[in-house]
Amino acid sequence: MYEKPRFFHAGDQGLVMELGDSINVELNQRVYNLQVAIEKAEIPGVFDFMPTYRSVLIYYDPSQTSAKNLEDTLIQIDKNVDQDYKEPTVLIRIPTMYGGEYGPDLEFVAHHANLTTDEVITLHSKNEYLVYMVGFSPGFPYLGGLDDKLHTPRLDTPRTEIPAGSVGIADSQTGVYPIASPGGWRLIGRTPLSLFDHKREPPTPLRSGAYVQFEPIQSEREYQKIETEVQKGIYTIATEQM
Amino acid sequence: MSISTIEIQEPGLQTTVQDKGRYGYQRYGVPVSGAMDPFALRAANILVGNNDNDAVLELTALGPKLLFKNPTWVAITGANLSPTINRKPISNWETLKIEEDDILAFGPPKDGMRAYIAIAGGIDVPQIMGSRSTYLKGDFGGFEGRALQAGDVVSTLSSGDREYIKRRLPTEMSPPNYGETHDLRVIMGPQESYFTTKGVSTFLESTYTVSMDSDRMGYRLDGPSIEHVDSADIISDGTPFGTVQIPGDGTPIILLADRGISGGYTKIATVISADIGKLGQAMPGNKLNFESVSLEEAYDAYNNQENTLIQIAETIVTADSINQFTIAINEQIAEVADSSGKPLATLLPHWKPGSGKQHKVTASVNDKIHEFDVEIGFAE
Repeated sequence: MYEKPRFFHAGDQGLVMELGDSINVELNQRVYNLQVAIEKAEIPGVFDFMPTYRSVLIYYDPSQTSAKNLEDTLIQIDKNVDQDYKEPTVLIRIPTMYGGEYGPDLEFVAHHANLTTDEVITLHSKNEYLVYMVGFSPGFPYLGGLDDKLHTPRLDTPRTEIPAGSVGIADSQTGVYPIASPGGWRLIGRTPLSLFDHKREPPTPLRSGAYVQFEPIQSEREYQKIETEVQKGIYTIATEQM
Repeated sequence: MSISTIEIQEPGLQTTVQDKGRYGYQRYGVPVSGAMDPFALRAANILVGNNDNDAVLELTALGPKLLFKNPTWVAITGANLSPTINRKPISNWETLKIEEDDILAFGPPKDGMRAYIAIAGGIDVPQIMGSRSTYLKGDFGGFEGRALQAGDVVSTLSSGDREYIKRRLPTEMSPPNYGETHDLRVIMGPQESYFTTKGVSTFLESTYTVSMDSDRMGYRLDGPSIEHVDSADIISDGTPFGTVQIPGDGTPIILLADRGISGGYTKIATVISADIGKLGQAMPGNKLNFESVSLEEAYDAYNNQENTLIQIAETIVTADSINQFTIAINEQIAEVADSSGKPLATLLPHWKPGSGKQHKVTASVNDKIHEFDVEIGFAE
C-alpha cells in the first residue's frame, strides 16, 4: 500500500487513483471504502468509475471538471474516509453442484492436490471468498482466499464455450462464470443461479467488496429444483449483511 | 406523423442500434458499448433535432436497405458508404426529408468504416441499464441484443410536434475525409513507466497497420514490437475507450467500444477524446500514427469538438440558401464539387431531371468539343 494515493492519466476523460500495487485484503478494503465514498460524494462531472484490486479508474467530463480539480477532490474524499470503519457489505451464498458433467475438472484438481474429490469440495466450500473486483465479462468476480492446496494451473488450451454458472479454479484464484464464455479455468462445479441478468437492477449481486461462499448441492434433484425456481423467477439469492 | 416505422429489407454487414453507451455499470463488469465514432453519432442526432444521446443505426462498411413506411427526416454521418434514396445519390452530414415508401440504400464504401443514420425521434428499443446500445457479445441491448436482420421492423420514438428543419455542417467546416492513414493524438500512460525509452519512441515513431483481427472490441495492430522494461503484466485495472494495450509480444491492441472494462496488460497511452471518432473509422489495412500531446491540448481539442456540435445545431438552412439545388448533366444527377472537394450543390432526393432550368454548355478538351445539357433543379 502506498503512503499517498498515486494518480495516472487514462486519456483525457479517465483518472486512475492507485492506492497500492499488490493483491491483498487490506488494500482491497481501502478500495472498497474509497468507492463507497466516491459513490456518495456525487462529484460533478464524474459519470462512471471502475474499482479494481488496488485502484479506482474515475471517468469524468472535461467540460465540467479537470484531472487537477478531480485529484484535489479525491484526495480530500480519501482523507475523510475512516479507515478503521469497515463499510457494510454482503455475503452471497452460491449453491453449487460439484463434479460430474457440472465440474469436468474436479478429478484433475483432486489428483493435482493429492486429495479425494470430497476433500476438494470440503476445502472449496469452506471459505468466504472476497470479491476483489468484477471484470473480464459481465458479472465475473475475481475471488481471493482459495486454500493453497487447491491452487491448480489453467488448461493448456482454453475451452471455446463454458456454460453459464460454471465454477472454476485458475492458479490461486477461484471464480464463477455468470454468462457463457470461452475460458481456461479448471471447472469443478456449476451453480444453477443466474448471477447476471441484464434486466435486473443491479444486474448482478456480485460487486467488489462483497463476499461469496459456495454451498455444495447434494443431489441432481436439488440442482434441478433450484434451476426451475430460478427460471420461474421465484428463487431468492441468499445474502447476509456483514 | 411523429412515429416512423422502418422495414429492414437488407441488413448490411453489421447494422446495430447504438447511443453514447452504457455508463454506470462498469463496476458490475458491464462493457460500455455505444457508437464507435461518438462524434458522428452525436452530429447525426443534432442534424435531425434529436437529443445527442438518442439511439441511431451504426452501419459497418456495407449499409442496409431500409424501407420507410412514414414520412420523416434523417441524417447520415460518418463514413461515406454511397447512400441513395430511391437510387439517387444523397449527401452525408445534412438533414434529408423522407417520404412514405422511400428506400434508403447504400453502395460501395468510399471513405471510412462506420456510418450513422439518425431518424427523427430516435430508434425505439428498450433501455437496458440506462442505454439503448447493442452489446453483441452479451446478447443484450439494442434490437433484441443482436445486429439487424432482413425482415426486422424498427420503430422510432415520437418526434412530438417538431417540424422538419434542414441543418448541415457550418460553411467553414468540410465534411471529414477519413482517408487510409489516421494520425491519432494520445495522452501517454497510465503505464508509460513500464516501457523503455526505446519502447516509447518505437510506439511514437512507427506506423502501425490495423489487422484483420479487428472488431468493435478492439483493433490488433501489426508493426514494430514495443519494448517493456520488464513485465507486460499488471494487476488488472480499468481500460478506457482508445487505450493502447501492449501485451508480452510487444504488439499493440487498441481497446474500443465493446472492450472488457478491465485488463491485465500494460497500457502505454490512450487516444484523446477528440480523435476517438477517427479511430472508430479505421478499417483493416489502414495505417495509424501516434502523437503524444499534453492534457491541456487534449482538453482544447475536446472543447473545439463540443463547439463544432453546437455550431451544427445552429446551422439551419433556409429555403433561399443558395445551394438548395441539384445539378443534372445530360439528365443524370451529378455530384458537383469545388476544387477543395466541398459539394457545390445539395442532392435533393425527390427532384427529377426535366422539371428544372436547362442550359446548353460546351467545353473543349484537346481541341475536341463536348456538349452538355446542364439543368439546375430547386426544391419543390
